[in-house]
Amino acid sequence: MTEHTPSSLIEAKFYLPRRNFLLDVQFTLPAHGICAIFGASGSGKSTLLRCMAGLERAPNGYCKIHQHVWQNEKTWLPTHQRPIGYVFQEASLFPHLTVKQNLQYGVRRIPAPQHDPQHDNVVSHIIQLLDIEHLLPRKPQKLSGGERQRVGIARALVIQPQLLLMDEPLSALDDARKQEILPYLERLRDELSIPILYVTHNQHEVMRLADHILLLDQGRITLNSPLTEALGQSESPFSMVQEASVLLHTRVAQIDTAWQLARMDFAGGSLWLRNENLSVGQSVRLEVLARDASLVRERPQHTSIQNILPATIAHIGSGKHPALALITVHVGDTPFLVQISRRAAHDLQLAPGQNWWLQIKTAALVR
Amino acid sequence: MLLSPDDWQALLLTLKLATTVTVSLLLLGTPLAWWLARNPWKWTRTLGALVALPLVLPPSVLGFYLLLFMGPDGVIGKLMHALHLAALPFTFNGLVVASMLYSLPFMVQPLQSAFESLGNRPLEVAATLRASPLDAFFTVALPLTLPGFMAAIVLTFAHTVGEFGVVLMIGGNLPGITQVASVSVFDHVQSLEYHAASRLAAIMLLFSVLVLIPVYGWRAHREQHSQHD
Repeated sequence: MTEHTPSSLIEAKFYLPRRNFLLDVQFTLPAHGICAIFGASGSGKSTLLRCMAGLERAPNGYCKIHQHVWQNEKTWLPTHQRPIGYVFQEASLFPHLTVKQNLQYGVRRIPAPQHDPQHDNVVSHIIQLLDIEHLLPRKPQKLSGGERQRVGIARALVIQPQLLLMDEPLSALDDARKQEILPYLERLRDELSIPILYVTHNQHEVMRLADHILLLDQGRITLNSPLTEALGQSESPFSMVQEASVLLHTRVAQIDTAWQLARMDFAGGSLWLRNENLSVGQSVRLEVLARDASLVRERPQHTSIQNILPATIAHIGSGKHPALALITVHVGDTPFLVQISRRAAHDLQLAPGQNWWLQIKTAALVR
Repeated sequence: MLLSPDDWQALLLTLKLATTVTVSLLLLGTPLAWWLARNPWKWTRTLGALVALPLVLPPSVLGFYLLLFMGPDGVIGKLMHALHLAALPFTFNGLVVASMLYSLPFMVQPLQSAFESLGNRPLEVAATLRASPLDAFFTVALPLTLPGFMAAIVLTFAHTVGEFGVVLMIGGNLPGITQVASVSVFDHVQSLEYHAASRLAAIMLLFSVLVLIPVYGWRAHREQHSQHD
């Protein structure tokens, strides 16, 4: 992770009344990593993205990236003058051009002062990253849906945008095609230093890709926070939307070939997991559902559960159902959520500050 | 020679008129069709209906009104006089103006529907790839709506060649100035010169078939091709 100065921020404010809803947002986001813009359909997330791109014009809006103002009372940069890349839901490749010509379309139009002498290397790196070399001479009609979307992503990247906007890039694809593209998106996140705003209504994509989350509900922002924090808080709007869970950024520390297990280290501890083609040093996201975790007072001696960690209770919150309580505990600096019944919480006299043992039944690789 | 010098003159004049009208309408009709296709307001619909008026109006009626407006007491006639320009009726320019009005829907409607089916998306994509609106028009919209342009050009050209009523009202029948081929045929028949009429008519029939075959052939080829994809 490189250091980010306070200037690398995305700041925006849009107010746009539409026939069926009103987009009314104001936010500041870190200009690095992937920020998921998450919400139900009709919540205004695509409209927000289109405002950022200048495809919609919200009067009196405001938009500033890396200290460059794209929109304020005096300024309005039309879309073709904004240093963005945009990936549409359908790849929307130009059908009259080959894949190669599609890639060149934007490259040819980069203003001369922005031209980078290293550009040819960047282009070949992106072609390699998305694995589309063999597709270059073809027409878009001859590509599969997944291939088309990879070309669409490459086309947005080869112009070296300062901000990549992706509008549900996977939602037009079936599950198999999604699985085909997700690893490429992870590579983009990890290997390129372009901030990405990623619109989606799919929780799995958020868990797998996002570093930050902007939650939209009926045109308003209900949450703007790093993803791990959004999940760690028992009452955050995001854990209300989805099944309560936490996300761990782990690294494979050890592989036990005899038992086919892998030790995954995170800030504050480690977990043993089935080894599914993992290699030492690899970074992997793990999701631990609150219902797969439980608390026990004494460290159990005879139990089939392999992952038992010392934890401190931080907060006792309520679950989605009135019978449920959602307990936030900390293992080192890492928060976990535990879902138990309110009666259990009462009977055990749980209180913040107490030390308990956290038992984790399963943790899932996010992939 | 198959044709009399007068008939040759009429044919050349027809080609000149059709070419002038087609080129002028291409330049005027493209922005109009673009605007009609991309502004879904109520009154653009009304204007669209107005563009289609020559389709249903009898040509002689259109010609009659044009004659009225272009005549010395008409609005256009007075304006032309005030600007020290020559009056339009019974001149080649008058024919061009009248034919442009008459053929307007044949240019605008195929283009408008081509632009409508193109939609916004390709142009938005072009904009996110740094193309200005004009750049996007020529590099994305134009190549993707080429069949629409082909149809519009051929229909306009052929329609202008075949026009009769408006020409007769506005242009009359002055050899070398306003006497086009369709009027010549009529003229020959009126004078009982059936041989001359049939030769000229045959040439026009041949011309029309020659124009339409490649266009429809090309269209069918394209459709088959896109189905294949």
